[in-house]
Amino acid sequence: MKHDSYDVVVIGAGIVGSMVARELSKYRLSVAVLDKESDVGMGQSTSNSAIIHSGHDPQPGTDKARFNVRGNQLWFEIARDLEIPIERTGAMIVAVEDDDPAGLEELAERGRTNGVPVEILSREAALEKEPMLTPETVGALWTPTAGIVDPFQGVVGAAENAAENGVEFILNTEVTGAIIEAGHLVALETSVGRIATRVCINAAGVHSDEIMHMFGVRPEFEITARRGEYFVFDQAAMRIGTVLFPMPSEKGKGILVTHTTHGNTMVGPNSDYISDKEDHSTTEKGMHEILDGAQRLVPAVSARSVIATFAGLRATGNYKPVPDHGRDFLIERSAEVEGLINLAGVESPGYVAAPAIAERAVELLRETGLDLEKKKDWKPTRTAIPRFHHLSHEERDVLIREDPAYGRIVCRCEEVTEGEILRAIRSPIPATTYDAIKRRTWLGTGRCQGSFDYPRTMEILARELGLSMTEITKKGPGSVFLYRRTKEEVL
Amino acid sequence: MTIVKEGDTIRRTDICLRCPQGCQVETILGENDEILSISGNRCKLGKEYVEQEIRDPRRVLPTSVAVRGGVRPLVPVWTPEPMPKDLIMDLARETRSIEVEAPVHVGDVIIDDWRGLGIQLVASGEVAKVE
Amino acid sequence: MAFNTDYDVIVIGGGPAGLAAAIEAYRATQGRVLVIERNDSLGGILPQCIHNGFGAINFGSDLPGPEYAYRYETELRALPIDILLDTMVVDLSADREIYAMNSTDGYLRFRPKAVVLAMGCRERTRAQIRLPGTRAAGIYTAGTVQRLVNIEGYMPGNEIVILGSGDIGMIMARRLTIEGARVSRVLELLPFLTGLRRNYVQCLEDYGIPLELITTVNRIFGEKRVEGIETIRVNENLEHIPGTERQIACDTLVLSVGLISENELSRNAGVEIDPHTNGPFVDESMATNVPGIFAAGNVTAIYDLVDYVRKAGAIAGRSAAEYARTTGATTTASGTDRGGSRSIRITAGENVGSVIPQRLDLSSIDGRETYISLRPRTLIEQMVKVEFDAGDESVFSFREQYARPAEMIIHKLRAKDIQKLHAGDADELVVNIV
Repeated sequence: MKHDSYDVVVIGAGIVGSMVARELSKYRLSVAVLDKESDVGMGQSTSNSAIIHSGHDPQPGTDKARFNVRGNQLWFEIARDLEIPIERTGAMIVAVEDDDPAGLEELAERGRTNGVPVEILSREAALEKEPMLTPETVGALWTPTAGIVDPFQGVVGAAENAAENGVEFILNTEVTGAIIEAGHLVALETSVGRIATRVCINAAGVHSDEIMHMFGVRPEFEITARRGEYFVFDQAAMRIGTVLFPMPSEKGKGILVTHTTHGNTMVGPNSDYISDKEDHSTTEKGMHEILDGAQRLVPAVSARSVIATFAGLRATGNYKPVPDHGRDFLIERSAEVEGLINLAGVESPGYVAAPAIAERAVELLRETGLDLEKKKDWKPTRTAIPRFHHLSHEERDVLIREDPAYGRIVCRCEEVTEGEILRAIRSPIPATTYDAIKRRTWLGTGRCQGSFDYPRTMEILARELGLSMTEITKKGPGSVFLYRRTKEEVL
Repeated sequence: MTIVKEGDTIRRTDICLRCPQGCQVETILGENDEILSISGNRCKLGKEYVEQEIRDPRRVLPTSVAVRGGVRPLVPVWTPEPMPKDLIMDLARETRSIEVEAPVHVGDVIIDDWRGLGIQLVASGEVAKVE
Repeated sequence: MAFNTDYDVIVIGGGPAGLAAAIEAYRATQGRVLVIERNDSLGGILPQCIHNGFGAINFGSDLPGPEYAYRYETELRALPIDILLDTMVVDLSADREIYAMNSTDGYLRFRPKAVVLAMGCRERTRAQIRLPGTRAAGIYTAGTVQRLVNIEGYMPGNEIVILGSGDIGMIMARRLTIEGARVSRVLELLPFLTGLRRNYVQCLEDYGIPLELITTVNRIFGEKRVEGIETIRVNENLEHIPGTERQIACDTLVLSVGLISENELSRNAGVEIDPHTNGPFVDESMATNVPGIFAAGNVTAIYDLVDYVRKAGAIAGRSAAEYARTTGATTTASGTDRGGSRSIRITAGENVGSVIPQRLDLSSIDGRETYISLRPRTLIEQMVKVEFDAGDESVFSFREQYARPAEMIIHKLRAKDIQKLHAGDADELVVNIV
C-alpha cells in the first residue's frame, strides 16, 4: 500500500470495480481498488457467459434495463480503446416446440420498450442463420446488437488502464470494517491496516451485502450465491458461429449455446442457490442440466468433446424496488452513511452494464460534493499483450526477431509463448499466479488443460518473481502446486 | 500373489514379472514347502521366476539421485540386478540423501556393493556439467 | 520468406518413433534428414520414464527409459542427421510446408520432400472425463507428475490418490511411494486392470497400495488445494451406484485416464483421421492419405511397448526416404492407384478397438515385413482366434493366448497370409477376435 489515505476506495476488482476505477482515473483523485483475492477478476467477472447482452430482456424501467442498453452502446468503443477482443455477433432467442408462441412477441415488445432493435424470425429464417439449430425450432427473436467479449481481457484491460492512469490496485486485502463518524465514512479497516477515506464504492460482488452490513446499513439486503455451470468444447470437434438463447424463464435467461472470442463453443449456465459463497465446484447434476439444456437448442452438442468445465457464482440480491419486476441492481448513494456508494446485487446483465454503472457511480460521486477535476493527460488506450496464436506467419517472424522470448512456445494447444507470459508477469497489474497468467494469455485453456505447460510456466513464474517452485500457486495463498523437492534431504 | 491351503499341499499363484505377458503361474508346494509342480508359465522364465520368488524374492529398484553442478537436478538410477524385495524401501530411503557430482554417465556406479550384499546402484541417464 | 528445401525427410518429434524413423530414413537412401523436437533433449517421453522394462521384445533388454533413449540417441548422433531442439512445429500444410519456431533461429520454414509425423500423444484431462468438483491446485495427470518428480525434481503432494490403473498410473504409484509420499489407493473404473499385470505386482502389491476396481472419483473437494475426494462404485454399465459414496482425505489427485494421439498438425495438413484411433489412416508403409506425409508411433495409435513403436518408426522412415527419392513417380502413398494393384481396407470388428494399418497395398507387401497391430476392446483370458474376414469367409487367422485391452496384439504377416490376400478379391477385411 503506497499511502494510508485516498480520496476514493473501491472495494472489488471485478468488471464493475475495474470500470469504475477507469472512470475515476479520468479525474484528479487518489484512488485505490481493494480486493481480497490475489488478482483482479477472480469472481463472477471471469466465470460467466461472456455475452454483451442487447438489453431486450430486463424489465423496462429497471436499472438492469437502463444500464444494459447503455453498456451495450459503450462496450464496443471501450473494447477498441483497450484492445479487448469483442464481436458484435447478434443473438437469437429461440422458441422450440413446447414454448409458448406468444412469448417471442412479448420479448420483442419488451425489447422495443427498452429501445433495443429486435426482429422476429420465422422458423426457416432462424434455421438459415443457424443450421445446427434443433428441427423443433418454431421461431426466434433476433437481436443484432448483442455480442461476445473476452471476459478476462475485459477486467484486465479496464484495470490495467486504470492502473496506468494512477489508480492503485491493492490485492490480497480484505475489508474488515468501516469507521464512521457522525454519519460519515472516515476510514476502512482492512487486513493490511487502516485506510483513511471519505468515499467508498462497494463493488464487492457476491460479498457486497456483507460490506453494507459492516457499515451498518441495509440489514435486510442479502446476497445469495447462485451458481451457474459451464462446458467449453474442443474447437476441432465443434464450432458454432451464432449465440443462442432459449426462451427465458423465472430462473433467468436459461442455458445458452454460444462461442467464445477464441472460437470455442460454450454452453451453460444452469441456476442453483448455494450457501457457500466461495464454493466454485461443478456438480454432476449441473453438468447433466447444462448438457440437456444445450441439446434442446443444438442436438449436436456432445459431452465427448468437452475440454473445460467451470462454475460461476452470481451475486443474486433480494432488492426488489418494484414488486412485480423481480430483482434489480442496487445502485445508490447510501442514505444512512455519507460517503458509501453501493453498486450491489450486480448479477446478469452486470458484465455488459459495467461501463454504464461506472458512469452512474461518477454521477453519484458528484452528488456527494466531491470536486471532480478532469485530468488533461488521461490516457484512454491500453496496449494488450500480443496474441501469438492470432498472428500471421510474417507477424510472428517479426515478433520473434524483436524479442526471442516469443520464440519459445509454452502452451502448445493455445500457442502461448514465453514472451506473452513474461508480459503478463510484468504488466501494470502483474500476474503472480498460474491462473492470473491463464486469464491474461489463455494459457492452459485448450485440450491439454495445462498438462504440457504446468512445469514450464511454474519455472518462469519462479524465476521472474524470485520465488522457489514450491511457492508458486494456482490462485493465491493456500493453492501451492508443489509440496517439496523430490530429494528434499539434499537439495 | 495368492496362497491357498489345500489339505496337505499349498497352491500358490504368482504373476511372473519376467516379461510383459505376465503369465499366471501356479505352484503346488508340499508339506515341507518343497515345489511339487509348476504350471501356467508359457516359457521357462516363468519357472525360474517362481523358484526365485519362493526362495528369495527380488526386485529391481528404479529411482533417482540428486546431482550437484549438473544441467539437471536429478539423474535416474537403478539396480540392474534385482535386490532383496524386503530391502527395497531401505535403499530407496538412502537414495534420498545421496548427491553425485556432475557429469554423470550411463553406467556410472553410484553405490557399489550396498550393505555388502553385492547390490549396485547404477546411473541410467546422462547429466552434463553446467558450464 | 524463403522455404528451406534442403531436406529429403523431416521427422516431427524426436521420441522413439521419430528417432527410429530418422535413423532408418538415413540408412535407406543416405539423404538429408532433420529431426525437429520441442523439448530440450531427444527421447520423447523416455527420459522421464526412469523405470526399467524397455527393449524386452527385440533386444532382450530390460533397460530404464533414459538409458534406452540414450543408446538410441547415440546411434542417431553417429549419423549425419540434423537435429533441432527446443523447436516447435506450429503448422504443416498438405504441400509439406512446415512452420517451426524457436528462440534462437526465430520463425523457420521448410519444405522437405517427405515428412514423418511422430508427435506422440497427450493425456486425457479431468475436464474430458467431466469430473465434478472444485478446480483446486493438486489435480494432475500422471505424465505431468512423472515429469515434475523425475525431471524438475518436485513432489506434487504428500497424500495421494490415483485414478486409473493404466501403466503410467501404477508406475507413478510406486514412484511417489519410493520418494516418501503416501499413495493411499489406485482406483479403476473398469472391472479389470487396464495396465500390465506385472505392474500390478511390482508397483502396487509390492508396495502395499490397494487397487479398487469398479470405483471412480465422483467429486473433488478443496477450493484452493485438494482436500479430499469422493469415490463411488459403478455397476456393469459403468453407472454410479448411489449409496456407495465414500469420502477420502487427500491433497493430490493423479489422473491416469487414457492417452490421446496428438494430431493437431495432422489435421491442419488435411490428413484423414481414423475415429477409432484418433490418429491418421495409414497403410503398410505408414503413409497417410496425403502424398509424402507418413506417420508412426503413438501419433497413429497408442502403443504399449516401445519396441513396436521403433519398428513402426523404421518403416515410416524408410518409406519417407524412398518417397523422397522417387517423388511424384510410381511409388505413391496409400489410396492412389499404383497401376492396377489392389488395395485392401482393414477395419476393426468384433472385440477389436482399433487396427493399424488401416490399409494394405498388395503390391507392396511382398518381401517386406508388415505388421498388423490391433487393440482388443474386451478382456478374454483364454485362447482366442484373430480372424481377418471378408464377408463370411475367413481369409486368414492366427491364435493368441489371450486378448487384453492393456496389450496390443501384433501380428507379422506370414507368407501364407500374403498368399491368401493375393488369391482373394476382397477389398475390405474385418478383424474379429473370437
